[in-house]
Amino acid sequence: MATVTLLAWLLDSLLGLGLLWLGWRALTCADLFKAIVLFIAFGLLIALAWVRLDAPDVALAEAAIGAGLTGALLLAALARLTSIETDKVATEQAEATPPKRLASWFPAIIMLFFTAGLGYTLLSLSPYAAGLAPEVAANLDSSGVINPVTAVLLNFRGYDTLLEVVVLLLALLGVWSIGGAIESRQDRPGPVLDLLTRLLTPLLILVAAYLLWVGAHAPGGAFQAGSVLAAAGVLLLLGGWRLPPKLTALSLRLALVAGPGAFIAMAAFTLLMQGQLLEFPPAQAGMLILVLETVATFSIGTTLTALFLGGRPQHKEKP
Amino acid sequence: MNNVLFYALVGVGLFSIGLYALIIQAHLLRKILALNVMGSGVFLVLIALAGRSGEAAPDAVPHAMVITGIVVAVSATALALTLMLRLAAATGSAELTEEQ
Amino acid sequence: MGLTDLLSAALLIFGGFFFLAGTLGLLRFPDVYTRLHALTKADNVGLGLMVIGLAVQAESLAAVSKLILIWLLVLLAGASVANLIANKALQKGVRRWQR
Repeated sequence: MATVTLLAWLLDSLLGLGLLWLGWRALTCADLFKAIVLFIAFGLLIALAWVRLDAPDVALAEAAIGAGLTGALLLAALARLTSIETDKVATEQAEATPPKRLASWFPAIIMLFFTAGLGYTLLSLSPYAAGLAPEVAANLDSSGVINPVTAVLLNFRGYDTLLEVVVLLLALLGVWSIGGAIESRQDRPGPVLDLLTRLLTPLLILVAAYLLWVGAHAPGGAFQAGSVLAAAGVLLLLGGWRLPPKLTALSLRLALVAGPGAFIAMAAFTLLMQGQLLEFPPAQAGMLILVLETVATFSIGTTLTALFLGGRPQHKEKP
Repeated sequence: MNNVLFYALVGVGLFSIGLYALIIQAHLLRKILALNVMGSGVFLVLIALAGRSGEAAPDAVPHAMVITGIVVAVSATALALTLMLRLAAATGSAELTEEQ
Repeated sequence: MGLTDLLSAALLIFGGFFFLAGTLGLLRFPDVYTRLHALTKADNVGLGLMVIGLAVQAESLAAVSKLILIWLLVLLAGASVANLIANKALQKGVRRWQR
């Protein structure tokens, strides 16, 4: 078995060093497009690191949201940025200047001390600490689900998840209040993108439903399912699809608010019924969690797609 | 000794790299990238430390916190990107100059 | 190490070799069209071999069909994205490499 542990050690060290190297290259690359692509690759390597650290739920969420959706957001922002900065970008790329930096040796020294301090703190932590795992394992039966991460997310720490879906909605409110809609391109998608969208969208919805259902007893859950829905939404938006105008006013807002609204309603309900915030009775906990997760998935998918669109959709029909 | 300590140190390294790049880079999009790298470093430290439970399954509470953190990070990134685009539309460039 | 372990190890290594070839093509080929060609062909075959190597070890037919579904999706996504990138490059006027 020694060769297996040696191989595992080799994999871990390659992964860790690759993460550091990719992170450094992504942040100091001269070309912004290359930097974003390196960042997406960095996100995928981090997802592998999660798998190596026995965190499959986090790996799913990172691959979908951290690498995929963040990468899509960054690339879309870069495209819009280069269309805004027309002349300035042209001259700078002609000169191929390195990225502009402020004074760099003083922060470097501070950073070295900082890293040394943090590293020393880490090394002085005890190598075995059970943390909250015994409490989670002891209460898992009364939580209504078998997957401990889902139990923590939606039952034991349900308050944090409530705040999280509210934060998502707040970010969307911020994005909408900064500017109106970005003008949508009028050209029709080519046949390949069209076919890809038609094939993948139903499949992605199915995968999202599967992830939502299986989150009770295996890695999965509302956020992973919501991010797969958001991937379908981003694909549709890239293919030129927009919501029909009569749905962009009330129905869209209802869909966005449904997730936080359901959470707040559930919180109020449990507060009134039992006097404790978000405390589910063990007999109905499983069903309540599933209902909350379903509404949250739909809302998360819609919110993330709206975040990608980057502006309030127009109310009147475009010519 | 398993890989927990190694990944935690990698997380600290990523955090420092991200913080350094955040301070010295002038372009706003690079600053947003640096913030994301810093976030990933912090998540690595959290999850690595959650795996210290020995033979038992890893501690699920930091896993839930990191999932929450990833979603919050993407929404913060989206808001930051919209702010950057607004700034670029208003001033003509997304790079901060020495006076700003 | 049983026979299935040896077989799946051999298939995984073989698939990894194809990925290595594809990455070498990505790094060394002269223009974007040839690079796309190397990447998609080698990575699809490499992933197919890895899927077979993992399917040998899978415990149920459902797991095998999920693996094959993953391979088919990667095939679809890889081919479509390669087409889209090549189309965009042609539109922008990226010249093909002449010998």
